[in-house]
Amino acid sequence: MLESLFRAEIRGLTVQRVQGHGGETERVETYRGATVKMGLSEKVRIEIGVSDHFVAPTVEAILRSARTGAVGDGKVFVLPVEKVFRIRTGEEDEAAVTPVEGPAAL
Amino acid sequence: MNSADIAWMLVATALVLLMTPALGFFYGGLVRSKNSLNTMMMSFAALGVVAMAWAAAGYSLAFSGEGTWIGNLGHALLRGVDLAPHGTIPHVLFFSYQGTFAIITAALISGAIVERMRFAPYLVFLTAWGLLVYAPLAHSVWGGGWLSRLGALDFAGGTVVHVNAAAAAGVAAWVLGPRKDHARQAMLPHNVPFTLLGAGLLWFGWFGFNAGSALGANASAALAFTNTLFAPAATLTVWTLLDLSRGGKATAVGAATAIVVGLVAVTPAAGLVGPLSAIAIGGVAALPSYFALLWRARTRLDDSLDVVAAHGVGGAVGALLTGVFAQKAWNGASDGLLFGNPRQLAVQAAAVAVTAIFSAAMTFAILRAIAIFLPLRASVREEGLGQDVVQHGEEAYSHGEGAILVLPEPGAPSLPAPVVALGTGGAS
Repeated sequence: MLESLFRAEIRGLTVQRVQGHGGETERVETYRGATVKMGLSEKVRIEIGVSDHFVAPTVEAILRSARTGAVGDGKVFVLPVEKVFRIRTGEEDEAAVTPVEGPAAL
Repeated sequence: MNSADIAWMLVATALVLLMTPALGFFYGGLVRSKNSLNTMMMSFAALGVVAMAWAAAGYSLAFSGEGTWIGNLGHALLRGVDLAPHGTIPHVLFFSYQGTFAIITAALISGAIVERMRFAPYLVFLTAWGLLVYAPLAHSVWGGGWLSRLGALDFAGGTVVHVNAAAAAGVAAWVLGPRKDHARQAMLPHNVPFTLLGAGLLWFGWFGFNAGSALGANASAALAFTNTLFAPAATLTVWTLLDLSRGGKATAVGAATAIVVGLVAVTPAAGLVGPLSAIAIGGVAALPSYFALLWRARTRLDDSLDVVAAHGVGGAVGALLTGVFAQKAWNGASDGLLFGNPRQLAVQAAAVAVTAIFSAAMTFAILRAIAIFLPLRASVREEGLGQDVVQHGEEAYSHGEGAILVLPEPGAPSLPAPVVALGTGGAS
């Protein structure tokens, strides 16, 4: 999925390993005679900040590449962002999320 | 003295010493991460205080003198423990080798009382136990005491080490009481690879434990070595098949446990039975321990890491089966039930019973005595925070985020105030 995002010209994202569950059935594990239901599964949470006109291509890239067809694929939430600043340059809003070309970028 | 014997016993001593850190990993992987250091420290601590107690008086009480159930203080503070031969090895080496046994036996008990005991009383307990429980039993079985005169067979410590530690462990778990989360929360092993690592290193060290008990580089050692390889292999196989046939999966924790059970069971028999008998012992021993483990999980006894099921049941089964399979053709001295000597089985049963009763009673008394001066148990809040932070002021898996360095003020005493890590984890 990361490759798919790269192809869609997305150049910045944050990834977190989280735990959660959707509608999946719970896994059962056994430890030395104790049966345990694992209520939470390992998941990945990704945050991507994009300009308005990039929202559709980004969502489409994620939906296309992350879909496995199984319950537990997850969701994409599109949230409004008030303001964005690039820390390195102080640029705001659209300029902040426009990727900077060149080898020194990122 | 014999160079080959000395060389082998030097290696064997090192191998047995390795078993105590290995036990630390075995136990440490099975507890929650907030208690992992404390659990491992309970094993590592034995390397300190039990060894000191052994040097001070433990060795003497176990191996000096002709007493019925305890030795004398003739070798206390290592008097007379010198380079002269003790058998075919220097006395200091015999003293060292036996010391490694005392260390691990005491450390075994910790498995039943993890995640809830204060560390200072634990150290006192280890010291007292080594002197008052391990030494007399070692004397009774190996030091010329009454169990050996009765004819009890215990090649490397089925009774002295395993039944002994297990009885103490069961009592200790009962005296301390269950963890607050026991039977309420799911408490999962935080690092099963550690447990596997521990099991593997224990097996490796156990070659020194069993084959070294021949006290020489000889045929008996070779027999014990072979049995120590194949008996646990049989246990592991049977255990895996049990797991699979009962509709479950063959778990790694189960495999690690099976290996230990097999090693425990073959310990009393190692140099006394033929290899096919050892395989039988290993295979048979899987069953009682497997079901003992399942049964214990349904009781209220919080023998947290199943010391009783693995070491107690395994050790007792091994000791009894020694009385069945012992074969003069292999050991040059005694036969068991299968080879025309039914009395041996009765003697073995008596030894197991006496060991368990003595160990249980003495352990109870020691713990109660310590509890008069030092509370044994961490508080409920401390249990929630985790023993690593409470008992040791350390975190096993700290990322350091939120940790603030506290610098000493000028003119203040040299130790800065403890660093408080505010970052990851916390009560979980």
